[in-house]
Parts: sequence; structure tokens; C-alpha cells
Amino acid sequence: MADRGADDRGVVQAIATRLWNSRWPLAASLVAVLAVYALAGISAYVLLLLALAMLLAAALLPSGATRQSGENGAALEAIGLQRLSGEYLAAAVADPLIIFDRTATIVHANVAAFAAFGGIAPGMSLSLKFRAPEMQALLDSVLSGDVASDVADYTEKLPVERAYRVSASSVGHGTDLYVLVFKDQSEARRIDRMRADFIANASHELRTPLASIAGFIETLRGPARNDPAARDQFLQIMQSQTGRMARLIDDLLSLSRLEMKPYLKPGTKVDLRQTVDSVIDSLGPLARESSVVIERDFAEGPLDVPGDRDELFQVFENLLENACKYGQSGARVVVSIARSGADSEPGIDVTIRDFGPGIPEEHIPRITERFYRVDVETSRTQKGTGLGLSIVKHILTRHNARLSIKSEVGKGAAFSVHLPTH
Amino acid sequence: MQSVHIVSAYDEELNYLSKRIAAMGGHAERMVEQAIAALVNADPGLAQKVIRDDAVLDEGQREIDDKAIIIIAKRQPMATDLREIIGAIRISADLERVGDLGKNVAKRVVAVIDGRQPTSLFRGLEALANLALTQLKEVLDVYASRSVEKIGFVRDRDDQIDAMYTSLFRELLTYMMEDPRNITPCTHLLFCAKNIERIGDHATNIAETIYYIVTGDQMPAERPKGDKTDKISLSGTLPVK
Repeated sequence: MADRGADDRGVVQAIATRLWNSRWPLAASLVAVLAVYALAGISAYVLLLLALAMLLAAALLPSGATRQSGENGAALEAIGLQRLSGEYLAAAVADPLIIFDRTATIVHANVAAFAAFGGIAPGMSLSLKFRAPEMQALLDSVLSGDVASDVADYTEKLPVERAYRVSASSVGHGTDLYVLVFKDQSEARRIDRMRADFIANASHELRTPLASIAGFIETLRGPARNDPAARDQFLQIMQSQTGRMARLIDDLLSLSRLEMKPYLKPGTKVDLRQTVDSVIDSLGPLARESSVVIERDFAEGPLDVPGDRDELFQVFENLLENACKYGQSGARVVVSIARSGADSEPGIDVTIRDFGPGIPEEHIPRITERFYRVDVETSRTQKGTGLGLSIVKHILTRHNARLSIKSEVGKGAAFSVHLPTH
Repeated sequence: MQSVHIVSAYDEELNYLSKRIAAMGGHAERMVEQAIAALVNADPGLAQKVIRDDAVLDEGQREIDDKAIIIIAKRQPMATDLREIIGAIRISADLERVGDLGKNVAKRVVAVIDGRQPTSLFRGLEALANLALTQLKEVLDVYASRSVEKIGFVRDRDDQIDAMYTSLFRELLTYMMEDPRNITPCTHLLFCAKNIERIGDHATNIAETIYYIVTGDQMPAERPKGDKTDKISLSGTLPVK
């Protein structure tokens, strides 16, 4: 019984394949029959019978179809590939891919390549764009014709660190075309670097609160063992120190998460008006607590920029938080959004201005560095981690945006974010 | 980019020139990058490599000079071509200087890493170097794309570099006043900072040359200020022992 079943299945399968192989003739004859039906007006029964007969013939009559299908496949492939444009193929590849000719001039670059490298266009010289010595060597070795393909590791340090494994190879015979494919290896590289960075930056910053906690524990177990007043005070300090460590770890994690994603997904738009509004709402409690009034001054019309909403939210949140904390004495903070830039570089400026003590000139260029503090004491009391502005800077770099800081001691500070609109 | 000449060898020679410039640029960028990495990570091995690599740039400059002279003699270039060739000579000289400055930073690595310096100093230096390197990278990208209308960024960043340098100068001075034992390493770091600042200036020079090559005009001259270190004097007395 079981054998029989298997046999049956085999036959059914064979018929199915045969039907599939002859789908084109079938379809053609169906069309023909339909045409006859429409023109001559034979009855529907006849039509049905004819169609059935065709199906049966296709399914049961032995034919050379199975034998032919192999050859057909090859022929099909040849025809299909002939029609396949290199451009479509390049567009379908997810990695950056650049096609270039014998003089190392770019012939075509796919979307991924534009997104990754920007500022490349057909007709541009590859060796002028990729100047790193290992890329020069790679191009030379492939163009000289000594080898058909070659591989090199290429790293870019600025503006965001990226590492690629690049393979270059010649395309086909006598086309005089070559192709360059970039495989992104940044992640592995970045994890390594992150570890090193974490040890270098965080260990030092974490050790300070840790040392103070350890010191207080020692005192609590020793001299202050029976002093309830001191115990309470020490526990208070210890609590604020652990809070600081927790914030520090949060900030470090968010910074390293940013470093994991080297560049933005293109195509998403952010409504700045809505984003800034929700930042102001979310910081309402903090503003009330520090008795600061937040004023808005937004330009009319749509204020969209390409970017990532969550990241831009964090930028404005950090800036506004700083303004409320450090500009407390000014009692007000002005958030304004305005269009800016000439026609060549249209953009939108978001400015957050406080009227606090301001920042001394010599510190301004450096406050976006990690753990750089203008005044260590104030930063500690305001629960700063020294990472807020470097997170801001990092996000803005990814958005091709600029941060400019203007400040006069005694008159407050203005942080302007210039975001390009395309 | 360039219009096609009747003699295709002429085109090839011009292309070769710009290709060599790009290669030199790549080398210079890499050298500066590695010199800073050697300084920050206290890596004398990498510093030695940077010092050796400088020979490549010297060789590159000599070659470009020779080639340029030969082209001028052979082809009697005019207009854009002439500017292109003269520009190549100038840019290669700037790049060679950038290499020298990078090499000088690398040479100081050994002296600086003897005593461990506060990490914040290195962080400042690294930030300054990143600014200068971004400047160099973008300028060389403009050389590749010839889109000089974007060259305005150069001046902005030049100002940033100067401000950063001034701030570092002040910080280093403070460290020296705190403890005389800091004077040796801090002086070296000061020179490193100065070198990096000079690299930014060379990048700006290159930008001006590119502007001249493409447009035939000099870049509008408005370079009002440099760094403000000449005005810094820290008052204060040395700690009395």
C-alpha cells in the first residue's frame, strides 16, 4: 500500500512538472481558443472540452520537455543575463559597490556607495577619492592586470570611524571595467575600540565615586559606628555617588550605542517643531524645579529635516537640560527655530539660549570633549556626567550638522544646531 | 573635469599628476593620524613607522616637481592646464610640510610618554588633531570633486582650530605652573599642538590653491585673525617650596 502511495505521488509529481514545463504552449493555446470563442461564437461546452483536452495532452503525452529543460535553463539564463542591466544588479547589492574603468574613473556607484561615501559621482577619479595608501595599492594592482582580483582592508577615521574589507576585481573579458565592493567591518572594529575606550575613560571616572563610597563605608564601620547623625549624612552622600555612577554608565552606553551605528538610514524625515515641542514638554518638571521659564520662538511653515527622531530628541534634550541647569540664574531659556543658509546650503537652525553665567571663551572649543568640565564642582552638583555634549556632537556629526556655541561671560550662552535640510 | 586635448598623452600626464597628489594626500593624512595615535596610546613603535614613512612624501614631492617641469617644457600649457600644474607643485609642497609636521609629532612621542600625563591633555590634542585632519580630508575631497563652491567651510574650521589651540595652550601653561616637573612633557605637547595647528593652516593653503586652479581667481582675502596665544599671559606665582 505504502509503495503504491509513493508511486502515485511520483506520477502526480511528474504530471505536475510536465504541466509546468509546457505552461507557455498551454497558455498560448488557451488564448487561441478564447480568441476563436470570441470570434466564432462556439458554445461554452466545446470550449471547456477543448481546454481539458489540451491539458490532458500536455500532462500525459510524452515529450522532450524534460530533456530540453536543462538546455532551456541555460538558454534562459543567457537571455535573462543579457537583459540584466549592470545598474540594476549594482542597485540590488546591499554593500557599497563602485564600477570603474581602466583609468580608475568611476563609471557607476550604487545607492549604498552614495550613502556610505557621499560626494562621489560618475566621472570622478577613484584614486583621488580613496587616497589611503592601501587603497592606492589595491587599485594599482588590479589595474596593472597582474591579478584578476585583490583584497585590502580600508579604514576611514573621519568623520566617523569605519572599517571595510574591500575587494577589487575585473569584470568579464575585455570589458575594461572593474568593480569595487566594500564589506563593512566597522562593527567588530568598533567593539574592540569601545572596550579600550571604556577602560581608558570610564575606569577613571567610575573610580572617583567608588573611592568615595569605599571611604565612607570604612568610616561608617569604624569611627562613625555609633554616630547616627553622621551615618545619615554619609549614607546620603553614598546614595548620590551611586546615582552618579548609574548615570555615567547610562551615558557611556548610549554613546557606545551611537558609535555602533556608523551612519544614518537615508530617507527618514523629522519634524523639528514637533520634536522640540515634545522635548520642552518632557523637561517641564525640571524647568519648574529650577524655576526657569522656557520661551519658544519658532519659524512658520514646515520644519522638516532628514534624520533620526530619537537621536535628535536626545540632542535637544541634552542641550535644553544643560540650559536649565547651568543657566538657572538667568531664569529664562529661549528656544528658537529658524531657517538659515544660502541657497547652496539650506538648513534649519535650532538655538537654545540661556541667560546664566556663560562660558569663558577658552573653554568653548573644548566642552564637547568627553569628560571635559568647565567647572568640576558645578558639574558635580548638577549631576552632570561630562558626556552630554559629546553625545550631542556625535549625533550631529552623523547628521552632517554643526554645533556652534556663542557665549559671553555674564550674559549667558547660546547653543545653535545647524541641520542641513537635504 | 579637464577638457580633452588632441594629444591624449598630455591628458594622461595631467591625470598622473593629480593622481600623485591624491596619493601624497592619502599618505600625509595617514601619517598625521598615526602620529597622533602613537602619542595618545604611547606607542613608540608606531611613531618610528611614521618617521620612516616621511621619505615617501619627500620622494613624492620631488617626483611631482620633476614631472610638472617636464610638462611645462614639453607642452607649453595655457590657462587651466597651467594653473593645474602650478597648483600641483604648490599642493605637493604643502603636503610635504604636513608630512614633516606629522613626523615631528611622532619624534616627540618618546619624550612625552616618559612621565604619564593627564589623559585630558591627550584628549584635547586628539580633538585638535581631528579638526585638522577633517580639514585636510575635506580639502582633498574638494580637490577630487572640484566643487569649490563648498570651500567656505575651510575658514570656519580654521577659526575652530585656532580657538581650540588657544585653549590647549592655556591649559598646558596651567599645568606647567602647577608643577615644574611638567614643563618638559608639556613643552613637547605644546609643540605637538602647534604642529597640528600648522597642519590645519597648510590644509587651508591647499584649499586656496584649489580655488585658484578651478576658478582662476584668488580666494577673496579675508583672513583677519590667527590664534590668540600671543595675548595669553597667566598671572600667578610659582608655589613656594
